[in-house]
Amino acid sequence: MLSRVAESLYWMARYLERAVHTSRLMDVDFQLRLEQSPEASAGRWLRLLEASQAPAPEDGKLDATTLSHILTLDKNNPSSIVSCVAAARENLRQVREQCSTEMWEQLNRMYLQVNGTTATESWQLNSYVFFRAVREGAQLFYGITDSTMAHGEGWRYIQLGRFVERTDALARLIGTHYTWLHSSPDQAVESEEYLEWVGLLKSCAAFEAYCKTYTAELRPLRVAEFLLLNPTFPHSVRFSVDHVQSSLTAIGELTDRKAEQAVRLAGRLSAMLSFSQIDEIMASGANAFVDSIRWQCAQIHNSIHQIYFDYPVEAALVA
Amino acid sequence: MFEAPGVPRPHYQALFQTLLGLPPEDMRKSQQAADLSFLHQGITFTVYGNEEGTERVFPNDLLPRIIPHQEWRKIENGLTQRIAALNLFLEDIYHRGRILADGIVPRELVYSCRHFRREMRGLTVPRGIYVSVCGTDLVRLPNGSFAVLEDNLRVPSGVSYMLANRKVLQKVFPTLFRDYGVCPVDHYAQALLATLRALSPASSSTRHEPTVVLLTPGVFNSAYFEHTFLAQQMGIELVEGRDLLVHDNVVYMRTTAGLRRVDVIYRRVDDDFLDPLCFRRDSSLGVPGLFNAYRAGNVMLANAIGTGIADDKALYAYVPAIIRYYLGEEPILENVQTYLLTERSQREYVLEHLDELVVKAVGESGGYGMLIGPHSTDEQREEFRQRIQAEPRNYIAQPTLSLSRAPCFLDGEAQARHVDLRPYILYGENVTLVPGGLTRVALRRGSLVVNSSQGGGSKDTWVLRA
Repeated sequence: MLSRVAESLYWMARYLERAVHTSRLMDVDFQLRLEQSPEASAGRWLRLLEASQAPAPEDGKLDATTLSHILTLDKNNPSSIVSCVAAARENLRQVREQCSTEMWEQLNRMYLQVNGTTATESWQLNSYVFFRAVREGAQLFYGITDSTMAHGEGWRYIQLGRFVERTDALARLIGTHYTWLHSSPDQAVESEEYLEWVGLLKSCAAFEAYCKTYTAELRPLRVAEFLLLNPTFPHSVRFSVDHVQSSLTAIGELTDRKAEQAVRLAGRLSAMLSFSQIDEIMASGANAFVDSIRWQCAQIHNSIHQIYFDYPVEAALVA
Repeated sequence: MFEAPGVPRPHYQALFQTLLGLPPEDMRKSQQAADLSFLHQGITFTVYGNEEGTERVFPNDLLPRIIPHQEWRKIENGLTQRIAALNLFLEDIYHRGRILADGIVPRELVYSCRHFRREMRGLTVPRGIYVSVCGTDLVRLPNGSFAVLEDNLRVPSGVSYMLANRKVLQKVFPTLFRDYGVCPVDHYAQALLATLRALSPASSSTRHEPTVVLLTPGVFNSAYFEHTFLAQQMGIELVEGRDLLVHDNVVYMRTTAGLRRVDVIYRRVDDDFLDPLCFRRDSSLGVPGLFNAYRAGNVMLANAIGTGIADDKALYAYVPAIIRYYLGEEPILENVQTYLLTERSQREYVLEHLDELVVKAVGESGGYGMLIGPHSTDEQREEFRQRIQAEPRNYIAQPTLSLSRAPCFLDGEAQARHVDLRPYILYGENVTLVPGGLTRVALRRGSLVVNSSQGGGSKDTWVLRA
């Protein structure tokens, strides 16, 4: 597979995952706003901006309309939903002979729909329809991908991009959350923070799954354990890292580059998540742990880039 | 379509009947469904020099153009003859130059052509095939016979629209297909791949199956959709210049598993941009060192470099002579009458009749750089008069053709629009034409320009079985 093609598939998946993640954050925000005091919402908006690495508004005033504009329809913000869907589509367009026709048509349709949306008053009121369309569009795309594309090298790069992005986005979201909220770890969360913790879980599509595992009593420690270390829930960090590792192992075998650095780095991160204890993590601070995850994730990304996408020609000619 | 007002030609009869039977509303719905299908598939082309919405859907017209078998046989034979003669001509002028020594084609005409490549002198290409993919523009003359308007021997495009139009029409008029007996065109991609493989260097066949790639200028090229489409249909890699590199005169592509050798490049990049070491230095679309690898015989290009000389619009006037010279046959397809402006008497005639003629720049294509006499203003004619006098070699003139018209479904009713026809010819082990082609339509009423970049559209072309 051409390096350029692999890189485009990887980034396509990263952008699409980012769009879905942001739409989930915005959807949750929309629901919470209805039940919360304005002050509580304002605090969350700052966290949302930080977690999305989006630029703060120039005049410093942050309200619901500005925030949702920045994170959804603003074409000047490269991580807004519209920008991400456009970037995903542009990446796929550059390699469209590599994907199935159905995949391209679905992503193109989604792009046309999202791109045609304008911020009107009625849009503000019904924006949950938009967020839902983004999520369902992406889910349809992944379903089509899994059933119409050979599960070979190209498919692996899509998986890789999707789960690298998810690992990073989850770690970032959890990090900001634990920095700002102060309920004590091993007790049920305080009532004024309750909605925020529900929001965190819902932002990771994890509320129902959490309740099934731990009952509806929310404790910061359990939430952290669930989102960081659960091996079977698709939006946990550990699950994502396991998929990064298995994708890299498969790619290593397909390309005869089994022992390269990227596979080892992913293995190390996966081992860290498999063998860590949640009380130890909380004792030394969830933030330090999350920072370490993000740093290792960045290392994995760099090493994928150097091994598969942009390797020095001299090295390849010797081999 | 019509023999006389209201009397359709026999082969259009069934189509005409079906159309009369359909409520306009149904036709409109079909057209909308077809348009949407093009949009969703992203079958678009890029318009240059237009900032907004540079990606446009290529307008498709639902009503097919129908060509009876007999007429197609003549087109097929004529184009086969033409591509054979033009290849012999290219081989000759890049080697001994017999045709120049014999005074059939003027030497200065060849050497003054922008597309003549001195670098190709003495270079032998496999099987002597310079042009392996060709798209020739035909028009129907008032007497009913087809004539060649232009040979496109460099990087002809449009074949994907021929295939896409067919797919859409099969959905819209399934029963008509059954009743009419339309020749299939679907095997084009396979035929193209076989043609490209036939060109692979001798050394590669002992090593492995030849690796064929399609070289595209990238996503901003007007024909990018077509490049991806063809690569996908042929199952070959679509590469950009930055994916390839040359080491020791061997071309490699950069893959995730390391470097892989390339044997044949179906290039959709113009000569000028292929190799910054050899041609334009500012090109970032090409591959440095590619030409040396080509000279060394380690990689093959389709089409060869320097084929543009044979579709130079001034040289076009000599093609009938070229056919007689190399093949000893009379041309099967006529040329359109062409005035060479380097000849004094012809130039004077043209300058006096600018308002009746079409003037074209010899090196341009895509409908750019044209003057259509009857539709021009005084200023435009004056501008061309000066340009012609300054550089007569750069222009030719032709009579304004009354291009034949075909019905198109526009604004809810059938309206007549001017059309031309571009069949695609492949030359590998032998010459292959898929029965069909791209019928281009001038969608603006009265317009004679069918190029997609100038507001043209296309329609499906049906060649009927014997």
